[in-house]
Amino acid sequence: MPVEIDVQHVARLARLALTEEEQERFRRQLGLILEHAENVREVAAVDVPPTSHPIPRSNVLRPDDPAPSLSHEEAMASAPEEESDRFKVPRVVEQE
Amino acid sequence: MAEADTAKATRFETVIGLECHVELSTATKMFCGCLNAFGAPPNTNVCPVCLGHPGTLPVPNEKAIEYTIKIGLALGCRIAPHSIFHRKNYFYPDMPKNFQISQYDLPLCVGGHLDIEVDGETHRVGITRVHLEEDTGKTVHGGATGRIGGAEYALEDYNRAGVPLVEVVSEPDMRSAEQARAYLTELRATLESLGVSDVRMEEGSLRCDANVSLRRPGSEELGTKIEIKNLNSIRSLYRALNFEEERQQVALERGEPLIQETRHWDEGKGITTHGRSKEYAFDYRYFPEPDLAPLEPDPQWIETLRAELPELPAARRRRFQDELGLSAHQAGLVASSAEWARFFEATVSAGADPRAAANWMTGDLAALLRETHQSLTAAKVTPEHLAELVKLLDEQVISSAGAKVALAEAFATGASVDAVVEAKGLRQVGDSEALGGMIEQVIEENPAPVEQFRKGKEGVLGFLVGQVMKKSGGAANPKVAAELLRERLSGSG
Repeated sequence: MPVEIDVQHVARLARLALTEEEQERFRRQLGLILEHAENVREVAAVDVPPTSHPIPRSNVLRPDDPAPSLSHEEAMASAPEEESDRFKVPRVVEQE
Repeated sequence: MAEADTAKATRFETVIGLECHVELSTATKMFCGCLNAFGAPPNTNVCPVCLGHPGTLPVPNEKAIEYTIKIGLALGCRIAPHSIFHRKNYFYPDMPKNFQISQYDLPLCVGGHLDIEVDGETHRVGITRVHLEEDTGKTVHGGATGRIGGAEYALEDYNRAGVPLVEVVSEPDMRSAEQARAYLTELRATLESLGVSDVRMEEGSLRCDANVSLRRPGSEELGTKIEIKNLNSIRSLYRALNFEEERQQVALERGEPLIQETRHWDEGKGITTHGRSKEYAFDYRYFPEPDLAPLEPDPQWIETLRAELPELPAARRRRFQDELGLSAHQAGLVASSAEWARFFEATVSAGADPRAAANWMTGDLAALLRETHQSLTAAKVTPEHLAELVKLLDEQVISSAGAKVALAEAFATGASVDAVVEAKGLRQVGDSEALGGMIEQVIEENPAPVEQFRKGKEGVLGFLVGQVMKKSGGAANPKVAAELLRERLSGSG
C-alpha cells in the first residue's frame, strides 16, 4: 500500500531546496519508509505498548557538577563565520 | 473610557491563561556539565553536547529534575510516575541541534493549582502542567538597520542554549488583568521561596506569555485566542492585558472579526502589534527523544522532596497575620517575597514590634530601594538597623522625622542607627529650656498664624509645631513642642 508524502512541505521545513528530480526520488524513498512503518502499525495489537526506547531503562541522570567547557577558540572553530565572539549565520526570515 | 468600561463589564468576559518559563538556578546546564551562568562572555559556556555536535549524548541534570518536581509539588500537581522527553523540531539558529529537547504528551507534573488573592477574595487558578525543557541560545540581529526585518545576518551566543527551563502552563482561569498580575506575582514568590530560580524577569530567568480572549458572559466557548509575547515584567503583563482587552472589545463591538495570532508587546508605545512568529509552520514534528531514558521518579524520592518544601508565600501571609498581628495588606506586602519575609522576620527577632517593622519596610525602606534601584539583599541596611530604629522611636529617643533621617543615613552608609542619631544630633529635644528659644523664634516669625491660634483656630498649632520641627532639624519632640507652644500662647496673651 503506497503512502503519500508531501515532499515539498518536508523540504520547506528542513530548509532544503530540492530539484524536481530530487523531489521525485525522495518522494519514492520516503514513501517506502512510511510504508514500512504502516506495516508495523498493522501488526501492533492493543496489548503491545508503543516503544519509544528499545532498552527498558529509566532515570539515567547525572549530578549537577560542572565539567569543563570547550575553550572559546575551540567552540568557534566550527562556526561558519564569526563576529563579536558569536556564530555568524544567515538571517532567518519568518514567513507566514 | 468610562463607556468602554461599562461595556466591558456587561457585554464581554475576559479569559486569560499564562505560560511562564522559568530558568532553573542549577550550577550546570540541563544535559551537559557547562556552567549555567548569566552574563558570561559569549560562547564560553559551551561544549559539544550543547553545541549539538554529532555523536554527543545528553544526560539529564538530576538537580533540574528535583527542582521541577518541587515546583510541581508546591503547585499541588501530580508527579507523573512515567514521563519522557521529546524532540521539538524547528529550524532556527538559536538551537544548534535544529531541535529543542522538551516534553510533550507525558510531562513531569500535571494538574495543580495556585491560589491568588485579589481585592480580598481568594481565587483558584488551575495549573495544566509543569514540564522541563532546555533554553535556547541568544540571537543578535546584525546588519543594515539592526532590526530583525532589515537584518542581513544573525549572531548567535550559545551560552544559554541548554539551560534548564521549566514551563508552567495555567488553565484559562483568569478573568482580569488584575488576576493575571496576582497569579504571576504569586508564582514568582513561590518559585523564589523554593529556591529553584532567581526569578529575575529583567534578566529573562522568568518569562511569561499570555493567552487572552473575550467572550459573552455565560458562554462556555472560548473566543479567538491571542497570544502576547515579550512581557518582561509584571507591569508589562498588566499593561499589555489591559490594552489587549480594550482592543479586542472595540473590534468585537464593531463586528470586526479577530484572527488567532501572536502579538508583541511594545513597552515604549504601550501597545501590542502583530508579530511574526518563528514557529511559522507550527509543525514541530515532535517525537520521543531516543537519546534520553524515561523519567520514573521513585515515590520515596518524591516524598523526601515534599518534606523539604519550605513555607510557601500563602502560608507565610497567614502566619504573619495570625501570629504577628499584621493586617492582610501588610502581610501581603511583607510576605510575598522570600527576601522581604526573611528581612522582616530577622527584624522582629531582633526585638522590633512587627507592625512597626512592616510599616517602615513597606514605607520608607521600599521608597529608598526604589530610588536607588537596589534589592533588599544588596542594600547596606540590615534588620538590626531597622530593629534599633523602631526601638529608639518607641522609647521616644527620636521623633519619626528623626527616624526617617536616620534610616536614610543608615541605608546610605551602613552606619549603626545609634551612631547616626549621635552624629546628626537626632536625639529628641524634649526639655523646655532647649526648645524655648526655637519656640520664641517661631512665634516671632509667624505673627499671622499665631494670631489665628489665639483667636481659637486650633488647627494652626500643627503648622507651628511643624515650624519648630523644621528649626530643630527633626530633633524636637513634637508632643513637648506642642505643649510648650500652647502654654506660651495661651499664657501671656
